[in-house]
Amino acid sequence: MSISRRGFLGAAGLTTLALAGKATLDALGFEVVSESSEAASGRRWAMVIDPRKCLDAGDCVKCVEACHVAHNVPSVADPAREIKWIWKEKFEAAFPFLESEHPPEALHGKPVMVLCNHCENPPCVRVCPTQATWRREDGIVMMDWHRCIGCRYCMAGCPYGSRSFNWSDPRPSIARITPEFPTRSKGVVEKCTFCEERLAKNQVPSCVEACPERAIVFGDLGDASSEVRSLLRERLALRRKAELGTGPAVYYIV
Amino acid sequence: MRDRYVIVAALAAFLVLVTSPSWYALVSGAPSNAPDIKRPATETSCVMDVSYMRSSHMDLLMTWRDDVVRRYDRTFVSHDGKPYTKSLTATCLRCHDNKAEFCDRCHDYAGVTPYCWDCHVDPASIRRSRP
Repeated sequence: MSISRRGFLGAAGLTTLALAGKATLDALGFEVVSESSEAASGRRWAMVIDPRKCLDAGDCVKCVEACHVAHNVPSVADPAREIKWIWKEKFEAAFPFLESEHPPEALHGKPVMVLCNHCENPPCVRVCPTQATWRREDGIVMMDWHRCIGCRYCMAGCPYGSRSFNWSDPRPSIARITPEFPTRSKGVVEKCTFCEERLAKNQVPSCVEACPERAIVFGDLGDASSEVRSLLRERLALRRKAELGTGPAVYYIV
Repeated sequence: MRDRYVIVAALAAFLVLVTSPSWYALVSGAPSNAPDIKRPATETSCVMDVSYMRSSHMDLLMTWRDDVVRRYDRTFVSHDGKPYTKSLTATCLRCHDNKAEFCDRCHDYAGVTPYCWDCHVDPASIRRSRP
């Protein structure tokens, strides 16, 4: 079988195009990255908090205790150096953009539980120079404490103050160490991880489990039949400083 | 230069003397002061074979770390098909429950100070410190 000059040139041209096309796609990063099921399951974890139910329980801090014990969070008295994953903030401080001359009596001046909002568009992730923090496919803003260099850019970036810095070795400030979870070391930033180590075992976060009032509900926003979605359908929900465009995943029903 | 032979002989004797620990180890087959580590009494096999673990357990732990934290992959399947949870404290230290006489002894011998323990906790030491 003979090949014509025209046929040869045509085939050569097509081959070149195909090769160049593949190289271009590779260079632009169009490769298919397969991720394991846990994170790439189409889930979007979120939390719905009912501040009124929480207020009914008075001075209850069971969620804070459960979280801080489970994750070896040190108790440092100095507010400039304290470490917190979940804590109480005054309503008007948690929602400064709702400033009103006649604030609602039921909530004004009262504490609400606040924690990392696991933003859709997290500013902390954008500023981290070492990729020690990143957003997982399921929405959790995760941290790799092995990789954190303690530059605190993320703390400057976070509009919620959800991140704390270990100014000294945290171990002496932990009353009872839980050996299943690591402590942190001096010079590392830490924050709530939505209990991803518990989610991996199909358990709800510690704070949700500990709340006697069931004021904290955790679930998947991607699942229309989930409890979080039904609560958000029925009640008006606020998100902290959503105007900043961060897309918080922690909702407060009012 | 008449004492050349004396000098060469003395130098040779000096070299043999200085390198004698290495020769001794080579001839006798084992270092004279190898660490006396305490192996788990009940378990007979590790997640990988002993020679690999002895030389490269740190690489395995680094891979496990990245798998768990960044790739959400928490299960390791050994060559004989046995699944293990990728966890230093929950898996390694469950069998090697004597950190001081296993990990530390060899690390001291090798002159390394791994910073794993700055954060990761030895459960046995916590149990001991509690009434």
